[in-house]
Amino acid sequence: MKLFEYEAKTILAKFGIPTPQGELATNVNQAREVVAKLKPPFAVKAQVLVAGRGKAGGILFANSIEEAEKATEKLLGMQIKGIPVKSVWIEEKIKTKKELYFGITIDRFARSYVAIASAVGGMEIEEVAQKSPEKVIKFPIDPLCGFYPFQARQIAKKIGYNGSALSELGRIFERLYRIGMEYDAELIEMNPLVETVDGKFVAADARIIIDDNALFRHPEYKKRLMESEGELTPQEIEAMKNDLAYVKLDGDIGVIGNGAGLVMATLDTIQVYGGKPANFLDVGGGAPPEKIAAALQIVLSDKNVKTLFINILGGITRCDDVAKGILEAKEKVGVTKPMVIRLVGTNEEEGKKILTEAGIDVLESMEKAAQRVVEIAKSGGK
Amino acid sequence: MGIIIGKDTKAIVWGITGTQGSFHTKLMLEYGTKIVAGITPGKGGTTVHGVPVYDSGEEAQEKHNANAAIIFVPATFAADAVLEALENGIRTVVIITEHIPIKDAINIMARAKQLNATIVGPNTPGIITPGESKLGIMPSHIFKPGNIGIVSRSGTLTYEIAAGLTAKNLGQSTCLGIGGDPITGLNFIEVLKMFEKDEQTKAIVLIGEIGGNLEELTADYVAKTNYPKPIVAYIAGRSAPPGKRMGHAGAIIMGKAGTAETKIEALKKAGIKVAEKPNDVANLISQYPNA
Repeated sequence: MKLFEYEAKTILAKFGIPTPQGELATNVNQAREVVAKLKPPFAVKAQVLVAGRGKAGGILFANSIEEAEKATEKLLGMQIKGIPVKSVWIEEKIKTKKELYFGITIDRFARSYVAIASAVGGMEIEEVAQKSPEKVIKFPIDPLCGFYPFQARQIAKKIGYNGSALSELGRIFERLYRIGMEYDAELIEMNPLVETVDGKFVAADARIIIDDNALFRHPEYKKRLMESEGELTPQEIEAMKNDLAYVKLDGDIGVIGNGAGLVMATLDTIQVYGGKPANFLDVGGGAPPEKIAAALQIVLSDKNVKTLFINILGGITRCDDVAKGILEAKEKVGVTKPMVIRLVGTNEEEGKKILTEAGIDVLESMEKAAQRVVEIAKSGGK
Repeated sequence: MGIIIGKDTKAIVWGITGTQGSFHTKLMLEYGTKIVAGITPGKGGTTVHGVPVYDSGEEAQEKHNANAAIIFVPATFAADAVLEALENGIRTVVIITEHIPIKDAINIMARAKQLNATIVGPNTPGIITPGESKLGIMPSHIFKPGNIGIVSRSGTLTYEIAAGLTAKNLGQSTCLGIGGDPITGLNFIEVLKMFEKDEQTKAIVLIGEIGGNLEELTADYVAKTNYPKPIVAYIAGRSAPPGKRMGHAGAIIMGKAGTAETKIEALKKAGIKVAEKPNDVANLISQYPNA
């Protein structure tokens, strides 16, 4: 789960990392109140969860209250990469001497967290990493020992700092690591971490992504995720409530399967035969009938869907549970669109029996089922 | 033969009294896996399908001295179960549980490494050495003993491909899902090294998917070491739209890697045949005479 800049900065400030003075505003009146408490010049920043916000014009500067109001009005009427701006964060603009980068993320291959630092931060950090990787320091963190102050200072030294600046940066790095652990961050970064003209360090922008699997330890954010309207489609919200992995695509063949790999392979196979999937939906392992029924409802609520392909290969998922779910959904929502069902694996015979007795055909081969569903879609869902 | 598990595997099931734990204990027993004990705190003294249940790993190990564990407990308690298995001398642990927090997974793997233990998973269908032992949730009838090693990041897609091989009379030495999570106990390269040493394994099927850069690293490894056994790969996710990026740090680690195209290209460059559809894997691998 991605946190908004204002959420991330609030957390950083709570842990003692310097951030610019600022507050959130959702309309111009609020903006006026916020600005009255701050010293000009101001930075007005659109709160959207997309990368490249700065380049897309989502950050404006203002020298007066009037300018800040205008900037707020402009941003609140904007869409950034298709996402409407619902709030802005207004803060005191900092006087930048140098932009640094510091972040902590996961190194899958090393199976550990890794700290990443660079003396050349800011919007071009990815380009720097590509073109001059020597300017980016990667520092693996031993999970059994953690990240110590001396290591944080070592990194500060490597990006060119001495004296009191070295100690101050070290403290900031170590605090960021503590926040990362506390909040189960799969990514936490300050970009840029600004060295100001008067020699202070301030996190001018911050980004935190909480590991979705750890959200149970952070109920306040799980709640916000559910409530954050506009970021998710109705189908996505419904999917989240039912613990289903759903991604909307632009085709006309609804797809439900178990296991991310199998569902992806199903989409790929549909495309090989010239069809277009309307979505990705993984019911996960061991889905009970209610979950299957919820999945059917979600996929069928997409108006573009002409036909439905259910591809189940049961391991921990039992075919009889899937069959019961399909019947439950039929009863509840009345499935009118043609379904192609492929059902094999654990309790296959029981599952087939349930569906066949209800007059529903079941196929065994994924390829044949994919071919059939593509034919149905091409003939307009008949 | 085969890798990691075989005839001598004696396993304990963590979470044996749960719906999935109990159901799959029955199926593993039917397959011939030696399940010697189960753990569910508070339910010690009962039995599940004839298997004695204990409150703790310590009690179970005093009586049974098992050498493997399979974990079915929910994500919130999974790290605790794995560490309990490790601290009680078990050095092969299969974690079926999905949705384990990354931080917990990192801690588990660090401790396992320290103890020189092998972790399969998390979020894996498990491991099967056909005809000998199965520690997992895969439907056993789709496997048969043979010479092909399968290593996969996916669960159900693995069954799809294994069933395709078996239908063409191409048996398997060991089939193993490394798990679909960002942090797993084994990666493709480590498993390839095990298959290289296993005499029964003559060819390998590698099943990858989009995300991360494991397939690219594996391709590098295969090319650099001139890996001696033939490999056929399938990569799921060709039709996936460009995913949400992991932010700057993620992009820095991964570079441009991670799409189906970059993976397929890297694998082909390393001399690995890549199937277009899951069903094509069997045809490609049958072109190698020893498989």
